Amino acid sequence: MLNVSIYRYHPEQDEKPHMQDFQVDTSGKDLMVLDVLFSIKEQDSSVVFRRSCREGVCGSDGMNINGKNGLACITPLSSCVKKNKLVLRPLPGLPVVRDLVVDMGQFYKQYEKVKPYLLNDTPAPAIERLQTPQERAKLDGLYECILCACCSTACPSFWWNPDKFIGPAGLLQSYRFLADSRDTATQERLAELDDPFSVFRCHGIMNCVNVCPKGLNPTRAIGHIRNMLLDRAT
Amino acid sequence: MVTSITSFGRSGLYDWLVQRITALVLGCYTVFLVVFFLSNPGLNFQDWTSLHAQLPVRIFSLMALFSLGAHCWIGLWSVSTDYIKPFGYRFLFQVVVGAAMFIYIVWGIQLLWGF
Repeated sequence: MLNVSIYRYHPEQDEKPHMQDFQVDTSGKDLMVLDVLFSIKEQDSSVVFRRSCREGVCGSDGMNINGKNGLACITPLSSCVKKNKLVLRPLPGLPVVRDLVVDMGQFYKQYEKVKPYLLNDTPAPAIERLQTPQERAKLDGLYECILCACCSTACPSFWWNPDKFIGPAGLLQSYRFLADSRDTATQERLAELDDPFSVFRCHGIMNCVNVCPKGLNPTRAIGHIRNMLLDRAT
Repeated sequence: MVTSITSFGRSGLYDWLVQRITALVLGCYTVFLVVFFLSNPGLNFQDWTSLHAQLPVRIFSLMALFSLGAHCWIGLWSVSTDYIKPFGYRFLFQVVVGAAMFIYIVWGIQLLWGF
């Protein structure tokens, strides 16, 4: 039997959060953490968590699994369980709506700030804006982000200044459009980032790289943004 | 764009660059001093003052002193904006740090060039 401890908080009923213990029979299988949560949901239907695609594409079930952020649906027990104990908490740094569900509002606000869409002031071509394979290749490692928030909520700079620091997820997307050959707003985008908080609150501790379930590297993207700012200003 | 009027250079990029350059200067100065101490085991006051009487050493020391002031200001400003949330305490901390850096620099100039 696997010992599972889950963060429980119902703001309308509980004065403060508490941990609740469950026991789950895994029958010796290397289940995903999400499967364990389904078993717990059968034991106690009041346990609340988000999930949708259950295959690491939608980014709904980001949570703190034994101290490390990750997606419950693609995290096997063998990679996270130690001493037969699994501790599940909501993503750190965001307000808890209930149990493992957090309010992602602040995260999306930061994402919105970087204008995550193509800006192009030239007349639209008849069919589509073309890119060379080399230009397209620059977007690899950037466009795959699913906005699960595992990275930003693992970042102390985002914990302390969630309203000012864009965070690794937002900055990865910012660079995705800075690097796009079809975007013509590079200078305007860079001008928006040159303050002491938006980009430069990143101290390069690489928690974001450590937790990204898609294996992306926001720290490298932030480094590229810095270099673009440096190139523009020196 | 987040407005900030108490950071060292108002621009994130400027502060970031200054932080790196000053770190380099401080690193070089530390190596210089360590090498000097190691190569002068029986160091006395006379050796110490004759070292600092040389113009290149004075310029290097002054550069290190300015670097220390700027580096500390940028670093502690970041610490204050991370950890001190009430505006009054944060501003007070920044004023104290700013004043301390100013005093150290003026005092340091007086020590270096005043004898």
